[in-house]
Amino acid sequence: MSGRGAPGPGWELLLALLALLALGELPRAQGVEEKPGGAHEESQGFQVVTFKWHHVQDPYIIALWILVASLAKIGFHLSHKVTSVVPESALLIVLGLALGGVVLAADHVASFSLTPTAFFFYLLPPIVLDAGYFMPNRLFFGNLGTILLYAVIGTVWNAAATGLSLYGVFCSGLMGDLKIGLLDFLLFGSLIAAVDPVAVLAVFEEVHVNEVLFIIVFGESLLNDAVTVVLYNVFESFVTLGADKVTGVDCAKGIVSFIVVSLGGTLVGVVFAFLLSLVTRFTKHVRIIEPGFVFVLSYLSYLTSEMLSLSAILAITFCGICCQKYVKANISEQSATTVRYTMKMLASGAETIIFMFLGISAVDPLIWKWNTAFVLLTLVFISVYRAIGVVLQTWVLNRYRMVQLEIIDQVVMSYGGLRGAVAYALVVLLDENKVKEKNLFVSTTIIVIFFTVIFQGLTIKPLVQWLKVKRSEQRDPKLNEKLHGRAFDHILSAIEDISGQIGHNYLRDKWSNFDRKFLSRILMRRSAQKSRDRILNVFHELNLKDAISYVAEGERRGSLAFIRSPSTDNMVNVDFSTPRPSAVEASISYLLRENASAVRLDMQSLEQRRQSIRDTEDMITHHTLQQYLYKPRQEYKHLYSRHELTADEDETQDKEIFRRTMRRRLESFKSAKLGVSPHKKAAKLLKRERVQKRRNSSIPNGKLPMVSPLHDFTIKEKDLELSDPEEAPSYEAEEVSRGIEFLANITQDAATDSPSGIDNPVFSPDEDPGILSAVPPWLSPGETVVPSQRARVQIPHSPSNFHRLAPFRLSSKSVDSFLLADGPEEQPHAPPNSTLM
Amino acid sequence: MGATHSSSEEVRELEGKTGFSSDQIEQLHRRFKHLSGDQPTIRKENFNNIPDLELNPIRSKIVRAFFDNRNLRKGLSGLADEINFEDFLTIMSYFRPIDTTMDEERVQLCRKEKLRFLFHMYDSDSDGRITLEEYRNVVEELLSGNPHIEKESARSIADGAMMEAASVCMGRMEPDQVYEGITFDDFLKIWQGIDIETKMHVRFLNMETIALCH
Repeated sequence: MSGRGAPGPGWELLLALLALLALGELPRAQGVEEKPGGAHEESQGFQVVTFKWHHVQDPYIIALWILVASLAKIGFHLSHKVTSVVPESALLIVLGLALGGVVLAADHVASFSLTPTAFFFYLLPPIVLDAGYFMPNRLFFGNLGTILLYAVIGTVWNAAATGLSLYGVFCSGLMGDLKIGLLDFLLFGSLIAAVDPVAVLAVFEEVHVNEVLFIIVFGESLLNDAVTVVLYNVFESFVTLGADKVTGVDCAKGIVSFIVVSLGGTLVGVVFAFLLSLVTRFTKHVRIIEPGFVFVLSYLSYLTSEMLSLSAILAITFCGICCQKYVKANISEQSATTVRYTMKMLASGAETIIFMFLGISAVDPLIWKWNTAFVLLTLVFISVYRAIGVVLQTWVLNRYRMVQLEIIDQVVMSYGGLRGAVAYALVVLLDENKVKEKNLFVSTTIIVIFFTVIFQGLTIKPLVQWLKVKRSEQRDPKLNEKLHGRAFDHILSAIEDISGQIGHNYLRDKWSNFDRKFLSRILMRRSAQKSRDRILNVFHELNLKDAISYVAEGERRGSLAFIRSPSTDNMVNVDFSTPRPSAVEASISYLLRENASAVRLDMQSLEQRRQSIRDTEDMITHHTLQQYLYKPRQEYKHLYSRHELTADEDETQDKEIFRRTMRRRLESFKSAKLGVSPHKKAAKLLKRERVQKRRNSSIPNGKLPMVSPLHDFTIKEKDLELSDPEEAPSYEAEEVSRGIEFLANITQDAATDSPSGIDNPVFSPDEDPGILSAVPPWLSPGETVVPSQRARVQIPHSPSNFHRLAPFRLSSKSVDSFLLADGPEEQPHAPPNSTLM
Repeated sequence: MGATHSSSEEVRELEGKTGFSSDQIEQLHRRFKHLSGDQPTIRKENFNNIPDLELNPIRSKIVRAFFDNRNLRKGLSGLADEINFEDFLTIMSYFRPIDTTMDEERVQLCRKEKLRFLFHMYDSDSDGRITLEEYRNVVEELLSGNPHIEKESARSIADGAMMEAASVCMGRMEPDQVYEGITFDDFLKIWQGIDIETKMHVRFLNMETIALCH
């Protein structure tokens, strides 16, 4: 998007737009224009304020256009009804047409249009990078063969068939007198043949067809770029040469060029992806600029392949595809979020501007040249040949594909062949001196784009519904699914190994072995190699989710009141069934529900630092986080730092949350070993475990294998202490405290806890309650997490509907917490100091 | 059986039983002979000769599945010592892609068969339930490929998955309710909505590659 006109019209236009918004009169703009210039000349001395429009004109106009486009987007989404029926791209084009009309009326010349430079250098790369970086790799490579066939053969077929048919009709004289040769037609065919990634993405994202169908259409639109570029370049040079001078050698060169362009582009992308991954491995200390590398290096891959006249789209696509795994593992979670949002923002902004400017560019009387036969026939040919191509290729493919492409899929694929801005930019690039009928081509391309984006985009959704195309379904990641999926991969590759075939699974297996052995070692941080496992990630995510909802749920029920109690001694005996002041409650639960991930939790703590730390609510929330989700960062002295947005603590924090949860799990099984059957909400886990244990004869003595010998020891001792646990539905208070006391002694003997996990101060022998009350725990510099007094005495009742998370235990190693958890029912006033002996 | 199978009648019989085409049977038989060292039966040790299998983390489970009587449709539990070619084909036929021409009922049946195979792999003590211990075992093996993952995490993942399974299958459980393990019905429930037909299959087509492979 750029001002094509001289500075004057741009200024005028700006005013025209402003005037339009203010419902003012346009002519006055002319008058206003004189003023600043005149004033500038007259004044000799120093001016307090100067008006320098020309100084800022270009960036100003660009910024304004972006603003207009973004505002338009807001406007569209105000009405849900409209956007659910009409695709956004169509709306934007219409808006562009309207704005173009305004510009034309104000300027009497079309001052703005989508220039190929702006499109190829600034608008297209973010969209393609976004597509590549978030490409579902497995799906993509699983269907790569199909995608390649459609992208290469399909595009060549479309280009040739369309070009030749148009030439045939031209020869019959239907189009009247045009100065076009066969090569011009083929050139036109090659640029109009390619399905456009921007348009496809924009429309299909709203349609939600099943993922296989989507990846095929979308992958085709990305990969056919190489074909388009080569065909375009070949025919353009042929046109330049003149039809009579083209030899067979040139044709052969064209084919070679295709191979070089596509493979070269891919290679450039892969090389840059490698560099990018390598760089992000070492950005540990410059977290703040981490996201920048992703954008800069992938943009460089685009520019590099453009420089080498290779396929730039392929380069940046493959850069994104190849780097995503390593980059996502290397950069911090915050950076990953930044990259994700920035990329989406850039892509969606670029898309918005592209469609709006397609509309604006169309309002230019200079480019229009109408030829009914040519335009209509082009429309017919591209639709028909696309359909024929799809059917023929699918027929071939279905003989090899496992998941067959049904007739319905084929219809959607043919119908989804949208043309877009790439075709427009290419046709505008044509040289009028060489291609005599450039304007006809331009106008036809615009018509074709508008027809496909608006008409087909509008109708594809009802079509998909009517045909009952299998839709994609959004589902939460499930742990079981992931596990079974992983098992499947291994089973299938094993079956292929055993039956001695080199199939898809075989290749994938070999690749993942290679990746684990070499690539990941080079390209990933050591810490990332460790935690980088999809299953672990899902588990982690689910745990966090549960943790959050646990707290939120508890808040709602008011049973987590202990969290909110500041660690002052006078609060200890407050019955926590008493509802807390509702203001606090509401705000905390609100905060917690709002913040659904570790990242955002951290953001929250950041925000809190900015506010007054004295705020009670903050203190309380701080405390919540500190105790149950590991502490947020403690230093709050630096309110601003350019280089240190966050310390590296987030990683440890995540890890810690993770480890704690796992630890808790372990605990739950340990306490199950005690045979205590607390008949409260937490019981289900225990019971299951117990039954489990009984039936499992392979474990001697009915004991579950313990990871840490220390724990094992602890448990054994406890077993001795609490005799005959099977029939102990409720414990007397003394017994409980005795158990705790005993355990505390053991801990003392063992001196240190096992290295993982946090020392639990409840049982640490040298704990001094005085210190506790003197310094709020989150202000104390130490590493230990100190629970509040209340928390040490009373344990929350865990909500029963959490699937994956064991009920929260206060202590990370106390087996008694369950007794305590159920204690309050029987003994509402457990001696507060029983734990402090 | 293996030695004499080449007579066309027997091949036809196998075709009917397993659904493989005669070409595929021919190819698989060549492979079978290669694995068994020209013996009529395969023993567990024969699988050790497959180099590609060595890196597979759940290798032992998979090999075991070949000898599992439940999979061989020979009994409700126990392991066979050795399998002949027909058994080999039976196991392989679990991985046949689902024929697109089949009707809905057959597809469901096929799907169930495939899932049963998977279920048997998890349920190592053949009691019709995947208990927590068994699940842990599988998950540990699954994740053993990554040396960085501690055993503890594998266990807690299994625990998490088990809890998830319990919540999927039992809904909201009463406090005193006990979830003892995943039964086959539960297993089907967990798999609901997942396209197993398109996942669990191997393309037994280009069998020519056998010669190249080993």
